[in-house]
Amino acid sequence: MIPASFEYERADSSDHALELLDRHGEEAKLLAGGHSLLPMMRLRLATPAVLIDVGRLTDLSYVRDDGDAIAIGALTCHEDIKDSDVLKQHCGIVAHTAGEVGDPQVRHLGTIGGSIAHGDPASDLPTVMLALDAQFVVRSSGGGRTLAASNFFSGLFETALEPTNLLTEVRVPKLSGGWSYQKFHHRAQDWAIVGVAAVQHNGGAAVALTNMSDVPMRAAGVEQALASGSDAATAATEAAQNTSPPSDPFGSAEYRRDLAKVLTRRALQEAMSS
Amino acid sequence: MAQVADTAQKYMGGGVLRKEDPELLTGRARYIDDISMPGMLWVGIVRSPFAHATINTVDTSRAANLPGVRAAYSGADLASEWADGLPCAWPVTEDIKIPKHWPVAQDKARFAGDPVAVVVAETRAQAADATEAVDVDYDPLDVVIDMEAALGDGATKVHDEFDSNSCYVWNLEVGDVDDVFNNAAVVVKERYYHPRLIPNAIEPRGVVCQPNLPQGEFILYSATQVPHILKTTLALTLGMPEQKLRVIAPEVGGGFGSKLNVYAEEAICVAVGRRLGMPVKWIEERSEGYLATIHGRDVIQEMEVAADSDGKLAGVRANLKADMGAYLQLVTPGIPILGAFLYHGVYDCQAYSFTCTGVFTNKTPTDAYRGAGRPEATYAVERIMDSLARKLEKDPIEIRRLNFIEPFNEAREVASGLSFDSGNYEASLDKALEAFGYDEMRAEQQRRRDSGDTKQLGIGISTYIEMCGLAPSQVLGSLRYAAGGWDAATIRCHPTGKVTVVTGTSPHGQGHVTSWSQIVADELGVAFEDVEVLHGDTAISPLGMDTYGSRSLSVGGIALHYAADKIITKAKTIAAHELEVSEEDLEYDGGIFSVKGAPDKSKTVAEIAFSAWTAHNLPEGTEPGLEATYVFDPPNFTFPSGAHLCAVEVDTETGMTRVEKYVAVDDCGNVINPAIVEGQVHGGIAQGIAEAMYEEAVYDDNGVLMTSSMASYRVPSAAELPSFQTDRTETPSTTNPLGVKGIGEAGTIAAPPAVVNATLDALAPMGVYHMDMPVSPERVWAAIRNARGQEVESRGKDTTAAGSGLGSADTPGGDA
Ligand SMILES: Cc1cc2nc3c(=O)[nH]c(=O)nc-3n(C[C@H](O)[C@H](O)[C@H](O)COP(=O)(O)OP(=O)(O)OC[C@H]3O[C@@H](n4cnc5c(N)ncnc54)[C@H](O)[C@@H]3O)c2cc1C
Repeated sequence: MIPASFEYERADSSDHALELLDRHGEEAKLLAGGHSLLPMMRLRLATPAVLIDVGRLTDLSYVRDDGDAIAIGALTCHEDIKDSDVLKQHCGIVAHTAGEVGDPQVRHLGTIGGSIAHGDPASDLPTVMLALDAQFVVRSSGGGRTLAASNFFSGLFETALEPTNLLTEVRVPKLSGGWSYQKFHHRAQDWAIVGVAAVQHNGGAAVALTNMSDVPMRAAGVEQALASGSDAATAATEAAQNTSPPSDPFGSAEYRRDLAKVLTRRALQEAMSS
Repeated sequence: MAQVADTAQKYMGGGVLRKEDPELLTGRARYIDDISMPGMLWVGIVRSPFAHATINTVDTSRAANLPGVRAAYSGADLASEWADGLPCAWPVTEDIKIPKHWPVAQDKARFAGDPVAVVVAETRAQAADATEAVDVDYDPLDVVIDMEAALGDGATKVHDEFDSNSCYVWNLEVGDVDDVFNNAAVVVKERYYHPRLIPNAIEPRGVVCQPNLPQGEFILYSATQVPHILKTTLALTLGMPEQKLRVIAPEVGGGFGSKLNVYAEEAICVAVGRRLGMPVKWIEERSEGYLATIHGRDVIQEMEVAADSDGKLAGVRANLKADMGAYLQLVTPGIPILGAFLYHGVYDCQAYSFTCTGVFTNKTPTDAYRGAGRPEATYAVERIMDSLARKLEKDPIEIRRLNFIEPFNEAREVASGLSFDSGNYEASLDKALEAFGYDEMRAEQQRRRDSGDTKQLGIGISTYIEMCGLAPSQVLGSLRYAAGGWDAATIRCHPTGKVTVVTGTSPHGQGHVTSWSQIVADELGVAFEDVEVLHGDTAISPLGMDTYGSRSLSVGGIALHYAADKIITKAKTIAAHELEVSEEDLEYDGGIFSVKGAPDKSKTVAEIAFSAWTAHNLPEGTEPGLEATYVFDPPNFTFPSGAHLCAVEVDTETGMTRVEKYVAVDDCGNVINPAIVEGQVHGGIAQGIAEAMYEEAVYDDNGVLMTSSMASYRVPSAAELPSFQTDRTETPSTTNPLGVKGIGEAGTIAAPPAVVNATLDALAPMGVYHMDMPVSPERVWAAIRNARGQEVESRGKDTTAAGSGLGSADTPGGDA
């Protein structure tokens, strides 16, 4: 539990962070809340030579009503997201799910940007982002771009981010319908064994799954069934389609597939009744 | 004797706050990692990533050349340090197989985590880096993980020098067991697997060795429960004169049995300190703790009862296989024997048989874990009583009442041959049923069954007994334990009226300082604040047998009581002399000797302490000073008991099970400090529920621990637990004059069967009659599916790659 030695740099601004990223290249890792990166470093599964601490970029910690969308700064911690009135009013699923992350300690340090950038398929917020068709604003020294959540998560701990990129903002829509996030976990502070996000928006329904594959994924079979008129219970039976969940001491793949169906039914029923 | 038994109780039984808490809670207490010395070096341990492998070569040259590294040793390099292997103090049978257990493996690694090399560096981080730079060439060997496979013909052997992996077979047979079973109207037989548990004390282990003091003395600081045992046994392992070794246990942050041991790292630090002549320190990393600190339980139990057609018990037959792991640690083989006499629980019968086979496997050694042997016994009895009830279509309460041993106030012999000290099992059950609202809960259960609710309710009962106060030395001798079971206390009355107590027990969170102060304050009539309690240093308390097995109060506390008696006896002689009356004319109460009929003529113990110190006017032949030591060897064990009731809610679609209500009525005899008893009960229940529903050490087929961090080994938190309702009955023990029994392990012993019985009770209408612990959501889900005839791929085979979340960061091989 003792990390290999590393250099530490603290970024004073986003520009400074980008400059440091350019200088250190692939040797470096951004440090936000550290609640995913540091455990991996302690187990020596990650051994970056340089840490660039962006944890104090308070200008990237905000939740703003931005017309059609809600803009969330990448360095906003889970606890602030959970407590955000703007989110509670317009996109309650994000506030609710942030409140389901880990325990209070984790929520006060872990950030939404870190959660998304880490690319862990067991994380809760990426699934919600996928269901919401969220947009991620990314900066590099060469300029900025906006990525769609649907094109972002590419593999286990892999995303569309380049080593010199800084995720600065997350944009989610103002929801017109109900929502639900069903997180199934054994202990309060555990990651989801399986999680299901369901949202109703602009007359359609989107369903996304946590920990059912090596990336967060949309439950396409369920969505199609709903689109062609199935009721929630019937559509939910498609939830395990095309999934490849892990088997670990928390649950076999078989168990997870069954859970996905039960939780999808519950999520849809909750989303549709609110 | 027993002059103080009737003395007014001002503190005992009252709600005194724990004296030790302000320091512990404000971070001022000194734990092992707070100890630092000039020039101190850090030890790092290289551990085998393989569960079984030949060690071909250990190349330390790369590590030795890293910055700050002072030394790097292979097992062979250190071989000359050991006069003997690490000790096993409980060779339970004459023909037990005891493998040599070198602190650093020399030829073979026998579990993942076995130390294979040692590095010494200037900083902890340098030591950690250096462990990664030791190049060990291994030839992995076949492994034996499963106990039954280990006993099979042709199984790979953990130790080549033995003819099999069977370590010992221990038997106890009372009465004509076969006859009773052959003639019984009803026989129930079940098989239970008690999972392997990882202790997880909040404070990891740690050692600091300060060598070669001016007198050639070594001080070993260790986060241990057993400084006294450590001193004697380490002197033997290290070939060191025992009088030159001083062991100090600083504040210790929890043990639960995991620090009741003599560990490789303790021997290594003294050996390395001796070699280098420098102070050295080792602090266990949490991930090391999962591999290298002992595990608990891992027992297969075949449990069988014979009864008449009403359900009255006639015979009990228990057949165990207990996983020793790869080596025998301090008391590894004896753990199941601590439960051997309790498989009829609080019920009596005519015939009793118990057999246990100890088995070597390529896993971390097992040893004492809170409850040690007694949770296994209680689980087996309480599970099978429910099955017997189900078979006879009786309420589980009714079957228990039918079989309870009648209330008794004098010690009485029971079927297994023990003599129980006192008991009133009905009383605690009655109280528990009332607090639980049993009838209303049953009605609610019926409503949910009738409506086919997704969330079903189950009710579980555990009327347990345990055996505490280890132990009468002669009994230990007859069980082939290498040491005695006595304990010692010294009371030193200072001339200013203050008191120092020295105890041979070694508290690590329990609150002995408070309880011991209460006893002395009442018995000697001094203020609670004026009593100082010293412990945990073999130079300060030379006599002691330390703290484990709920023994401290019922052995060490009784030694204290008798030491107070000795003080009073001597003080009385002096008081009579000063008051110019005969001793018979004096009365003693609450620290004051007064002349019968003339109460204004009196002396306090404090006054006598002063005159004993000046020694100006002592009766002839009286030694100056007021100090007494008593060593108490208990005549019997104590037998706390009680009734725990639990209600669980089971989500029958997902398997999620939660404890909704928990009532515990414990009987630990007389109570010295109710708040401390409460604390022990709460923590014990939490740990018992953890065992029943959450925790399990899982190995893969190669012997790699899959649950090697807190992310995957599921220690629950307060968020998972309901608020417990606790109460007591008090049936004084007949084993000791304070009538105390012990409460340290009760919750851990009582809770698992209450929880599992409740879960099975919820699912019985669906046809689920058996589940092993932990009753995790997946197990419950699988049991329901199986009962419905839906096949489930067998659990366990499927557990390959860890998933994501921090769980994915659990390193296979644990070389972190
Ligand atoms: C005990 C515990 C329990 C947890 N439980 C849960 C849970 O239930 N559900 C859940 O979803 N999560 C859980 N987490 C993870 C938690 O949410 C993390 O905080 C989060 O996943 C990562 O956020 P962070 O700010 O800590 O990122 P860090 O650990 O600092 O960084 C993670 C990765 O993202 C990169 N990164 C961070 N910020 C940026 C950025 N702005 N731009 C580009 N790259 C960036 C880093 O370089 C690093 O590779 C838990 C963590 C712990 C320790």
